[in-house]
Amino acid sequence: MTAPVALIDCNNYYVSCERAFDASLVGVPVIVLSNNDGCAIARSAEAKALGIRMGDPVHLIRDKVKAHGIRVLSSNYALYGDMQRRVVAAIQPFARDFEIYSIDETFVDFAGFEHLDLVAHARDMSAQVRRWTTIPTCVGIGPTKTLAKLANAAAKKNPLFDGVADLREDATRDWVLDRFPAGDVWGVGRATAGKLADLGITTAGQVRDMPMKQARGIGTVVLERLIAELRGIPAMAVETIEPQRKGMAVTRSFGTPVDDVDTLMGAVAQYAMRAGEKLRQHGLVAGRLTVFFHTNPHKPERPQYSTSRAFSMQPMTSDGLALLAYARRGVERAWREGYGITKAGILLDDLIGEDLRPRPLFEDDGEQRARLMRAMDAVNGRFGKFTAVPATQGFRRGWSARSEARSPNYTTQITDVPAVRA
Amino acid sequence: MLEIVPVHLAPLELPLRLVSTPAGFPSPAQDDMEEPIDLGEWLVEHPAASYIMRIEGNSMSGAGIHDRDLIVVSRAKKPRPGHIVVALVHGERTLKRLRRRGDRLWLVAEAEGYPAIIVDEHVEVWGVVVSLARRFA
Repeated sequence: MTAPVALIDCNNYYVSCERAFDASLVGVPVIVLSNNDGCAIARSAEAKALGIRMGDPVHLIRDKVKAHGIRVLSSNYALYGDMQRRVVAAIQPFARDFEIYSIDETFVDFAGFEHLDLVAHARDMSAQVRRWTTIPTCVGIGPTKTLAKLANAAAKKNPLFDGVADLREDATRDWVLDRFPAGDVWGVGRATAGKLADLGITTAGQVRDMPMKQARGIGTVVLERLIAELRGIPAMAVETIEPQRKGMAVTRSFGTPVDDVDTLMGAVAQYAMRAGEKLRQHGLVAGRLTVFFHTNPHKPERPQYSTSRAFSMQPMTSDGLALLAYARRGVERAWREGYGITKAGILLDDLIGEDLRPRPLFEDDGEQRARLMRAMDAVNGRFGKFTAVPATQGFRRGWSARSEARSPNYTTQITDVPAVRA
Repeated sequence: MLEIVPVHLAPLELPLRLVSTPAGFPSPAQDDMEEPIDLGEWLVEHPAASYIMRIEGNSMSGAGIHDRDLIVVSRAKKPRPGHIVVALVHGERTLKRLRRRGDRLWLVAEAEGYPAIIVDEHVEVWGVVVSLARRFA
């Protein structure tokens, strides 16, 4: 018997975050738009019932919005990010380890909790998240991550489970797998689903039962791993979180895919400066910088490219311009034409306190640079983020998010906190 | 017998700039350094379940909570009669004291001229006020 894994997933996460602070959004259809106000990326149950689909471009649903009084919001990632921290904090006491899979999904390792009634335990966990954050969740439990993910989908779809589905029992598992579309199994892309359908394989149960040899014929290691997972044999471990402070990251998804190196460089420059600011805020210097960027992995039909370059930095630094120099080099080396990049970021690790930093013997005193950085921090602190920027960062932020109907930053800006009538 | 030995004094050429030697006395406080007091940490005991909100109005001035004050609202604390709470009344966020009268719960103001509100299906107690912050100058 392998250790049980759970996936806890927030229901209509972005909409639930908005509803936590705006009661007028409760009980009415609500959609949240993508970075560029381009298409619907989150829908309340009411909006789903009106036939709004994931990814519907906003200009194609304008009539529906008007006719049904659907509330349309821009995405507010500052809010969603802060609420995620709270959700994860609420989950923490219920598990030994966890892995944040996405902004609204966390894998939870239930090893060591097997002696408990795990369904009741999962309900307690879900209730704790609800209590602390108001956000409703569903939980799927299984012997592997793939089955936990599938259990979660079942818990969402089938009211019979009342929010928690446990697929550790063979009978329940067979029942669910026989009704679960093969194409909806985690990791089965559209191409693979097509090939499976050609073989007459349409349910998750049939995928589980297909011979490994046949899977290899279709050609992906992913599929073989997935079959093992559906059979209850873990092929993907829960990756535990690095202790905080060991590393930090500045990453963003782009509103529209970026296909020229200058725009990407501009974005990465901004992240480098922001990363430097973050380091200085915490009095840290970094010894290692990784710059990465990739195309949208959820669109396997488009050309895929994912890359990263890492540098060890000598001397260790918190100087935004130094970070930028490394990041630039990384982007220049890794850039390939012909891909639509949807996410980029900078990771810093090997962090230590500025005062503990090893000093090279022949270091020119960085006083001038430090003064420049302090001045930039002061200007940006006073007049708003990115008022003072290095020219690489650019001024024409084509890749930055449009957001016409964004809610206040209720939990991260003192000027935006919710009002209470007294 | 004393012999006089000539000593030649040449100027020393040492790269003095490269060597930094701590001089003076080590701070007697060095081993007892602590973090400065963090008022935020004291006000917000339970950050993952606490929310900061701003007061509009004076119906709780009797409890010392005034217009424009900041409050910290905890959802980790179980609301009990006697607590000052934030409640949603028909969806509107309202600050009142939770009171038990007979077998019913009420939201009661602490200033003249505000009627008490009975806790029924239109009322949801959202969180418990655990602290207050106000700046004067």
